[in-house]
Amino acid sequence: MKSTTKEFRNAASRALADVRLQEAHEVVYNGFHKARLSAAGDTDDWEAQRTLGKAIKDHTIANLDYYLDMLATNVEKNGGNVYFARDGEDANAYIRGIATKNDVSTVIKSKSMVSEEMGLNHVLEADGIEVVETDLGEYIVQLAGEAPYHIIAPAIHKTKAQVADLLAEESRSERRETAKELTRQAREMLREVFQRADLSVTGANFAVAETGSIVLVTNEGNGRMATSMPRIHVAAMGMEKLVPSAADLSAMLRILIRSATGQRISAYVTMVNGPRAHDEEDGPEEFHLVIMNNGRDRLLRDESLREALNCIRCGACMNSCPVYRKVGGHSYGWVYPGPIGSIVSPVLTGLKDGAKLPAASSLCGACHEACPVKINIPRMLLELRSQTAQGDPDPQQRASGIGERMTWKAWRQGMMSRSRFEAGSSVGKIATAPLKRDGWLRKVPPPISGWTESRDFPAPAAKTFGKMFAERNKAKNGR
Amino acid sequence: MDNGNANELPAKVNLFVTCLVDQFAPNVGMSVVNILEARGIEVHFPPDQTCCGQPAFNSGFRNDARPVASRFLDVFEATEGPIVCPSGSCVAMVRNFYEDLFRGHPNELVRAQQLSERIYEFTEFIVDVLGIEDLEVDTNIDATYHRCCHLLRELHIDEQPTSLLKNVEGLTVKPMERNEVCCGFGGAFSVKMSDVSTAMLNEKLDNVVATGASTLIAGDTGCIMHMQGGLRRRGEDVQVVHIAELLDAESDLNRASKS
Repeated sequence: MKSTTKEFRNAASRALADVRLQEAHEVVYNGFHKARLSAAGDTDDWEAQRTLGKAIKDHTIANLDYYLDMLATNVEKNGGNVYFARDGEDANAYIRGIATKNDVSTVIKSKSMVSEEMGLNHVLEADGIEVVETDLGEYIVQLAGEAPYHIIAPAIHKTKAQVADLLAEESRSERRETAKELTRQAREMLREVFQRADLSVTGANFAVAETGSIVLVTNEGNGRMATSMPRIHVAAMGMEKLVPSAADLSAMLRILIRSATGQRISAYVTMVNGPRAHDEEDGPEEFHLVIMNNGRDRLLRDESLREALNCIRCGACMNSCPVYRKVGGHSYGWVYPGPIGSIVSPVLTGLKDGAKLPAASSLCGACHEACPVKINIPRMLLELRSQTAQGDPDPQQRASGIGERMTWKAWRQGMMSRSRFEAGSSVGKIATAPLKRDGWLRKVPPPISGWTESRDFPAPAAKTFGKMFAERNKAKNGR
Repeated sequence: MDNGNANELPAKVNLFVTCLVDQFAPNVGMSVVNILEARGIEVHFPPDQTCCGQPAFNSGFRNDARPVASRFLDVFEATEGPIVCPSGSCVAMVRNFYEDLFRGHPNELVRAQQLSERIYEFTEFIVDVLGIEDLEVDTNIDATYHRCCHLLRELHIDEQPTSLLKNVEGLTVKPMERNEVCCGFGGAFSVKMSDVSTAMLNEKLDNVVATGASTLIAGDTGCIMHMQGGLRRRGEDVQVVHIAELLDAESDLNRASKS
């Protein structure tokens, strides 16, 4: 991953200049964001449900080892296999091993962000295995050779015309026009793959520790096909995505679905309890659950960042985020975009590479307000800014430049005494006097020169408030 | 909840005017003084004050922010009674973020908690502490209102400014699309990620201009500088004012509106 400041800014600039993308981004506010607000508004005890969601996740993460052990025990009891993967490479090797052992030639996937973390598709394809995404949005970005743009709506950046071209090219058939026709076309194309796939890889929106179940939330039915048709089913999940009980699951589904799409319930909620039992007619012969760490232990260890593990990947933070809405999903440079991505990406991939993603926020708090489990994202962005600027004991992880450090030293000097504060204001006033027009400046020097690229900057007032107030009091008392 | 009446008005308040108002918008501070003094409340301005430390804190430079914030505690601990501040952002710093800034510094942490119980954002103080929703102001302005992020989402102060504005005679507040969405200021964000910040600002300003209002009201000076700076650069004839200026019967703004 490379999402350094420079690359974020370059990618963001490209997105900002792309009029069509800017139009496409509007759907996150006008569609998803408003749908969530409306669903929350229609739910009497929405705040209580968020509080409950947070409590469930806090409890689970605080007792993660206990519940992971319970989950693994119950999955095995149900006849499944459990593999704890240290990182993406480890998880890929495990899944590749299953594919090799079983002579798998076609893998179908149901949406899984964790598999994006792993880069699984490329690994399997390198072995000559055909890998096909079956979530429509994922399928579209796969055909385009791109990464998902949004965690629940991977292809929102694509126009209908682009989708039509992609499907026509892949199917080598007539180009269709309407959304309905395009969906039917994709359905026909995917149906054929479903029928011949040997192995499926799905994600898991939740795993339930007490029952050993994994749960998929979809609107397309592809999750259900993927978990029932192929001979082998592999589910991949981050090690944080579990809940203790079925009752907890019910509480989490309520807030996940409303927060993601504004629906009360998605078209499909699929619970998988392992492979086909001897008296059952359908289902896979083998079931594997891959539980991946991939740096999540770094979040778990750091008390100030642990809350990020509460995330249920609903996408509400990106839908409410005015920065995401401008820069789009690809600017963030890794699997998870938006506010939560700006926390998870740098920690999972190493602070130095993603050091400045936390700077890509105006700290407006819309994400915190939107989060169904009340993750205080701005607080953690600030925490990461601190760790990368000064806080990390490892100097290699510090990303602040000497110029920035000197600027804040100087600022501190100025703020540590009222006379220096006044002097600073006077210097500013004198320096800007010849340049100002009705109290405003067209250009200011570094380090704040970025401001006047697009905005006038106010010249310091003729008198500070401190002086103005003291003079007024003197005049008043001397009267 | 304080449902104050005239008998309970505090005799004196301390003004934390904020570094931005102090240096760039002293009239906002004077409006706060006028409003409080008109209710017979004495306003004390601790003369040593500078900044709460937020700029460095928000940029991650906590080692530089901490002594400045600690100094803020010193200055205001030497006072008694409520501290009033015309900025949601600076109050949020003290009330919500000092906890993080002073983590591992138990002495300052406790002092910060105590001080945060005394600090009020200006409109919050007027409505929740003084129990006043009508400041008996008379003006002649067509305006719209931007709900500044830290006021709205860090402090949950929204009804207070809304009800104060509702009771201003001669003020029309035109509804604005996406009035809760950030203007793109974000402190150092506006400089470090200038083009992203500008794109956010332009969306905001498009929505402002679409209301047809001559005046944009907001509650935080950083956001006001940002939006006014953008409007000027775009050549739009819209003035941006702090809510305190609009609620001050004696302000230049209100006098000029009636002339």
